[in-house]
Amino acid sequence: MMQNDIKRLSLFLLFAPFALWIILLIVLPHLGMFYISLQEKVGPRVYEFGLANYINFFNEPIYWNTLIRTGSMSMLVTVLALLLGFPIAYYIAKIAGNRTRGALFLMCLIPLWVSDLIRAFGWILLLRETGIISSSLQWAGLINTPIEFLYNDAAVIMGLVYTVILFMIVPLVSTLDGMDNSMIEAGYNLGGNGPTVLRRIIIPYAMPGIVSGCIVVFMLTAGSYLTPILLGGKNSSWFTEQIYDQFITRYNWESGAAFGFLLLAFTSLVIWGGLKLSGQTLNSTVARS
Amino acid sequence: MQSITENDLECIQIQKHFGSVRAVDNVSFEIPKGSFFSILGPSGCGKTTLMRMIAGFEQPSSGDIRIKGNSVIGTPPNRRNVKMVFQHLALFPMMNVYENIAYGLRCAGASKDVIRTKVHDVLERISLPDVANREITQLSGGQKQRIAIARCMVLDPDVLLLDEPLGALDLKLREAMKIELKLLQHQFDTTFVYITHDQSEALVMSDNVAIMNEGKFVQIGTPQELYHNPTAAFVAGFVGDTNRWAGRVIRAENGTVEVETEAGLTMRGSVRGSGAPGVGDTVSAFVRPEFITAEKTTGQPKVADQTHNVISGKIDSILFNGANSRALVRDRAGELIEADVVLTGGTQDLKPKDDVTLSWSCEQTMSFKG
Amino acid sequence: MAIKPNTAFLTSYRIYVAAFFVFLAAPLVAAGMFAFNDSVFPSLPWQGFTLDWFFNDSEPKLGMFHDRRLLRGLYYSFVIASFVSLLSVFVGTCNAFLFVRCRFPAKDFFYIMMVVPLVIPGVILGISILLLASNIANGAEESLSLDLDFLRPGIVLVVLGQFSFITTITSLVIIARLRKFDQSMEEAAYNLGASRARVLRTITLPFLFPAMAAAGIVAFLVSFENFNTTLFLVGSEAPLTITMYDRMVKVGSTPVLNAVSFFLMVGSALLALVSILVQRDKPQT
Repeated sequence: MMQNDIKRLSLFLLFAPFALWIILLIVLPHLGMFYISLQEKVGPRVYEFGLANYINFFNEPIYWNTLIRTGSMSMLVTVLALLLGFPIAYYIAKIAGNRTRGALFLMCLIPLWVSDLIRAFGWILLLRETGIISSSLQWAGLINTPIEFLYNDAAVIMGLVYTVILFMIVPLVSTLDGMDNSMIEAGYNLGGNGPTVLRRIIIPYAMPGIVSGCIVVFMLTAGSYLTPILLGGKNSSWFTEQIYDQFITRYNWESGAAFGFLLLAFTSLVIWGGLKLSGQTLNSTVARS
Repeated sequence: MQSITENDLECIQIQKHFGSVRAVDNVSFEIPKGSFFSILGPSGCGKTTLMRMIAGFEQPSSGDIRIKGNSVIGTPPNRRNVKMVFQHLALFPMMNVYENIAYGLRCAGASKDVIRTKVHDVLERISLPDVANREITQLSGGQKQRIAIARCMVLDPDVLLLDEPLGALDLKLREAMKIELKLLQHQFDTTFVYITHDQSEALVMSDNVAIMNEGKFVQIGTPQELYHNPTAAFVAGFVGDTNRWAGRVIRAENGTVEVETEAGLTMRGSVRGSGAPGVGDTVSAFVRPEFITAEKTTGQPKVADQTHNVISGKIDSILFNGANSRALVRDRAGELIEADVVLTGGTQDLKPKDDVTLSWSCEQTMSFKG
Repeated sequence: MAIKPNTAFLTSYRIYVAAFFVFLAAPLVAAGMFAFNDSVFPSLPWQGFTLDWFFNDSEPKLGMFHDRRLLRGLYYSFVIASFVSLLSVFVGTCNAFLFVRCRFPAKDFFYIMMVVPLVIPGVILGISILLLASNIANGAEESLSLDLDFLRPGIVLVVLGQFSFITTITSLVIIARLRKFDQSMEEAAYNLGASRARVLRTITLPFLFPAMAAAGIVAFLVSFENFNTTLFLVGSEAPLTITMYDRMVKVGSTPVLNAVSFFLMVGSALLALVSILVQRDKPQT
């Protein structure tokens, strides 16, 4: 029938851009990267198929140490973002009055549209030896000599939390917003107190938002490049730096591709584990928002 | 050759299957010009599917639909002169009232002047002459309703379909709109086909009503016919309030039966519908509350005779609702029977715990086989 | 409003919320304020107000609107962001119709595929596209002696790289809007005599337009500020973020960077506001 033909044609026409996008820009590049990562350099412009790039990674403690360090610091950042962000999201969704709610949500969003670079730049101006904090403390007489707050792990973690916390707050606000206040009231009415209502009612309800926020935050943190470099200095040992190093400085694309693939595999593994632990699926969390 | 007919809409043995589900099963009917026709049925009975087939959004698996005598099978919805008022009205929020009404005329390629005249004319006819420049969100529920109808009527449709358009309104407004719809139909003199699960909407407004159940038309008739002479147990139970007993025939003679109910009451009833039940057959007996008289039991109890059933019981509770007040009476078998009562506020009124005698005519005891 | 806890708790809660917003604003204020400091270093003490870092036309205080490299970066950023937002809104709209309206096998799987680019680290997206493009270009040059210049790092690759994950964002925004669409509106228009094309043009697209515009603005901003993916794909036409980074690393921070930051922040804030305004439905009365 003609209507069926039209349906099939429109399905095809709509599917084509999607397929081109996903296949050409996502699937093929990653397959290609995987393929290149399996090329061993045995001489100038001579390659063999093998696992040498991966073996090299595991033989060199500095490489896998960096990956583990990146992973664990990213997890720390994720947890901090959740702990700091949840009260804010709850305040915006449930406690603030109608008018302040919109304003606060907007204020949360505005830094989202400011480049990573500018945010990091702002922190540098605040934290460096000649920065605002150091000079203010000197002016107030609390310290005698300038203090360098930059170039340490605390600065990196704080900068990362700052960069990603919005991605935690936004899905949390939208989940909590959808929660009926009478559910909380019923919790109190039935004899619950603050902590039990939080633990038994609010957190389980917000779980999809929490998981979705954690996934995005973790991926963004582990994949970030600018903030660790600018706030942590040259020895911040972030794994993306190693990748950049292999590609641009050493021009060793095969090993860089292997590193890239390892980062992808590692972060995917962490997220897969997180989803399994929380009993959620990618569909019910990130895809939902 | 075009058949000469006075019918605006005819459906001939329409069937629609979704997989193995028969949503609409062999439905045939015809609607004479200018009448208000309702299709009444519980949700899921296939009435919406039937309407969507008439509008052209679904294709029947078999059968024919004729509008003004011409088959419209294969005609896409935008070429059928059947317009539809949707359940949630589907007014276009990005356009104002004028543009909403002008939409169909623009699609038909009417000139600007014609559009302006027609839109103002139709707004006049629905008594909303001043709302042309309002946004849809600025209208009240009843106004939206009328605009949705005007948007269709401005195109002079052969048939106007209405898919439960009153469902979203509150009770008061719904009552008012019932009358208004009936008046609008008279005024436009166009065939309205109205779909609803609300029997009072169907009974109040319609010239004819089709009762639909499980994809089939059970009975078509005027509201009075359906109410007083149902031809099937489903119609008797679905249209209007009723007491219902299931029982077994213990005696049968030309048109009347004596029934023993499951709880052990015996009553005489008139046989309705198809099939004459014989002794031992199961029957359903229906009696409407307004045909049952409840009187306080006095010294001389009434007794059942050839034409009346009489039982005694005790009032369980009184449901006061002004002129429509009702008594719930528990009979000796323990069942509750509903009977309409008149409450004047005086001391003679029936009260809970009163012993009462219920009596009703055997003719009003509608008994269906099965 | 939910039940309020006791006042002491609520007060400390409020203080925490206020402190959080100070934390959010601090680096932005720091980055913005030195744009107006009449000093060659972006640090205290405050030397007085000036607009030199925007408009002055000579060294040592060359303003951003006279700095040719920064202006070029701004121009390239603008070109790239425009292409990215047009492309990604187009594909995002197609995706919305595909995932909301069509039925096809393995839809859930494809939906996840659509979301995945958002969670792939930008650095990886950048290098994987760079690798594929370079390999194709090298292959074409060696075997066919074709010079596929557009596959070398440059504007085309930057656009493709950003497009690859920004399309997920635009798709999600437009899908959310299309899901809210009452399909009986299309049927009503069709019933009133409109052709399918007319229904799309007069009913569906006007309904989607706010989401498409908002998605376009978001895409524009995300593209403008992107650094991670762009870094690997950039050729000689460096967009603004890359130019700024170069300047920061090679020259060190100078107040002209603060001026650029301020300019970008104000621009983004305005655009973000516009995107929120177009998405807001007409008020109900």
